[in-house]
Amino acid sequence: MNTRRLVAGLLSAALMATLMSGCGGTAEQTAAPTQQGEEPRPNEITVAIAQDLDDSLDPHKTVAAGTKEIMFNVFEGLVKPTPDGNLVPAVAESYELSEDGTVYTFTLRDGVKFHNGATVTAEDVVYSFDRCADITGGSSLVEALSVVTDVTAVDEKTVAITIAAPDNEFFASLTLAILPKGYEDQDTAPVGTGPFRYVSRAAQDNIVLERFDDYWGEPAKVEKVTLKVIENADSLVMSLQSGAVDLCAKLTSTQVAQLGDEFYVAEGTMNLVQALYLNHAVAPFDDLKVRQALCYAIDKQQAIDIACDGYGTPLGSSMYPGFGKYFLPELTNYYPHDVEKAKALLAEAGYPEGFDMTITAPSNYSYHVDVAQVLVEQLKAVGINAKIELVEWATWLSDVYSGRQFQATVVGLDASTMTARALLSRFESTAKRNFINYNSETYDALYAQAQATIDDAEQTELYKALERELTENAANVYIQDTANLVAVRKGLEGVVFYPIYVLDLSNVGWTE
Amino acid sequence: MKYAAKRVATLLVTMIIVSLLAFLAFDLISGDPAQMMLGTEATEEGLAALRAELGLDRPLPIRYLDWLTGFFRGDLGMSYHYHEPVWTLIAPKVRVTLWLSLLAFLLITVVSIPLGLLTAGRGEGRLAGLHTAFNQLCMAVPAFFIGILLTWAFGVTLKWFTAGAFPDMTQDFAGSMKYLFFAALALSIPRIAMTARMLRSTVAGEMEKDYVRTAISRGNDRRGVLFRHVLKNALPPVIAFLAQTMAELIASSIVVEQVFGIPGLGRFLVACISNRDYQVVQAIVVILAFWVVLAGTLADLIQQRIDPRLRLGGAS
Repeated sequence: MNTRRLVAGLLSAALMATLMSGCGGTAEQTAAPTQQGEEPRPNEITVAIAQDLDDSLDPHKTVAAGTKEIMFNVFEGLVKPTPDGNLVPAVAESYELSEDGTVYTFTLRDGVKFHNGATVTAEDVVYSFDRCADITGGSSLVEALSVVTDVTAVDEKTVAITIAAPDNEFFASLTLAILPKGYEDQDTAPVGTGPFRYVSRAAQDNIVLERFDDYWGEPAKVEKVTLKVIENADSLVMSLQSGAVDLCAKLTSTQVAQLGDEFYVAEGTMNLVQALYLNHAVAPFDDLKVRQALCYAIDKQQAIDIACDGYGTPLGSSMYPGFGKYFLPELTNYYPHDVEKAKALLAEAGYPEGFDMTITAPSNYSYHVDVAQVLVEQLKAVGINAKIELVEWATWLSDVYSGRQFQATVVGLDASTMTARALLSRFESTAKRNFINYNSETYDALYAQAQATIDDAEQTELYKALERELTENAANVYIQDTANLVAVRKGLEGVVFYPIYVLDLSNVGWTE
Repeated sequence: MKYAAKRVATLLVTMIIVSLLAFLAFDLISGDPAQMMLGTEATEEGLAALRAELGLDRPLPIRYLDWLTGFFRGDLGMSYHYHEPVWTLIAPKVRVTLWLSLLAFLLITVVSIPLGLLTAGRGEGRLAGLHTAFNQLCMAVPAFFIGILLTWAFGVTLKWFTAGAFPDMTQDFAGSMKYLFFAALALSIPRIAMTARMLRSTVAGEMEKDYVRTAISRGNDRRGVLFRHVLKNALPPVIAFLAQTMAELIASSIVVEQVFGIPGLGRFLVACISNRDYQVVQAIVVILAFWVVLAGTLADLIQQRIDPRLRLGGAS
């Protein structure tokens, strides 16, 4: 009987130890919230991001959309985009375009400082452009600058940029970040001119930005932003609920439903074209009738309702509403949901019984996978037996995107600059990014014409014609521009949406 | 001495084999680091240039030898994605995961051994049935689910810790330990159940043996027999199991780190694998191999101290 008592003693000691460490926690923690209640709230916010900025932080080398999205707050170009889709002078104060449309002369703004304290000079601008020419494998923004033939510092405050031929859309690529001349550590300790300066990064953990006090424009509202990497969907919601995170963009409708009343939701769009992209080099997708049948078979509104709880904007071509003047709303319902018509088209194409197909979807993007699942069900109704193949993003990039080894895939494609060209250039038959092997002579001819046109109105019409061509030719089964649901802690204001993929933190601030 | 040398040699060979396997595995699976870095912006020229820059255009054996010589010189290379030395990136994560595993291991030993002994003496009562059922439940529920429950209960509802706000270990050590405690709890609960059950059955088995009956019939009390004789025989398999646990804790910590938002080695490993950041993966894999072999060696040494027969076997 003694044994039992001894063992019981041991056990309770162990339990006590466990409980005490737990209790220690209670005492400390309950004290913390009351303290917070009395003291003024520190002027900083924590923002959760699902993907780490695991990229070069050098803006000329950054490729990952998620990295550009955040570093938008750290860097600026001669011009910068606004929420309504315009470009306004940033590091530059004004510019003049020569008569023949090939020389842009920029006058730099007075007193623009880099985060390291140096003042921006014309030399820095020349350096930034020259540097880009040397970077291999950089972003398409860098590639767009290949038309630049010369960049010269006219004087301390003036820079002349010469391009080979007049180009309407060239201006959009002048968002290229201006960097201090001779600074070598942009990869890991970036220095720019934006409203926030970069402080630190802990891999797969957090990134810290602080307000740049010498910023030339409207200063940022909060003093410090901590970006916390939380990739697990459940943990993300719990981190919002626990108070650890104040703001998080790109939530799913399911996550939003769990938030509780400490948050409100700001709804924008992700600015991407989500579609069932079809490989035109593979049968039966080389047949127009089959592609049209797929378009009629799909009910995009239903897909949005089921997969995204109704959040999302249906699309009918490779253009989203954020690009105001290029967007053609009438294309959205060009192919209304019509099962009978789809069946008839399939029969005409020689597939009266339907066929089997594989839809590849990147497993890390739940909103693509969920939509793919709805599509599979909708295709069943017309006799097409589709199955989903989930792949890692790395595999998607190498097999589907580079290797072009696929039948159909659900993904979203975005625009790297605020130009129609960024969305439409990939369907030109020889384009390197033409992973769907789109091959239309009409399209190529129209595209060449659009590139050669200097008149803005005329060019806009040509781009619209390109969009119409994609729709009429059923290039892809267009679904939606996915909704961007942002959870914002009550008391926090100033979340604005841009027509490109950026998260502007400079306007975000506490109301009291 | 001879034994120690043998052990070190085993350790080295294991690490080299593991690193080679990791290298080969990456060559087999699809996905190219250069492609992953350039994403949808990639062009053929860009990819080729980047591959050359990273040295990926060289044949596999050369790349491996290059990595191996770097490793022996203490140079783990640079991360493709972060453009920082691998060791700078993983050192803080090794620290976090090491503490998490140690805490979990401590919890397991401190709770499971007394628990196992306490229940071992019991017969087939109603309480024993209840205990077994509870034990089964604890073993069956995966650590990540326990993790979600604990985070929700203590991190969101009770606010004993703030879910998602893991403090910097170098600045707030006590705070980070408190945070890690809950993650360690999630990690250890299934393991506590397993270890306790194992100890219980080995002790029960021993208690039925002749020497125990003899000892008791000679007038020794149960407690004395249990601690003086039975435990010595019942512990070695449990210690072997605990060593294995120590090795496996690292694997389960991957999920728990994700659920609790702890910046540890496991979570980082997963991210680097999907990014195809080979240099980092290679280093982490070797560290894990080192850890597993070390746990095994420690277990052997402890067992030999308890059981001299094994000591002889080891020396021969």
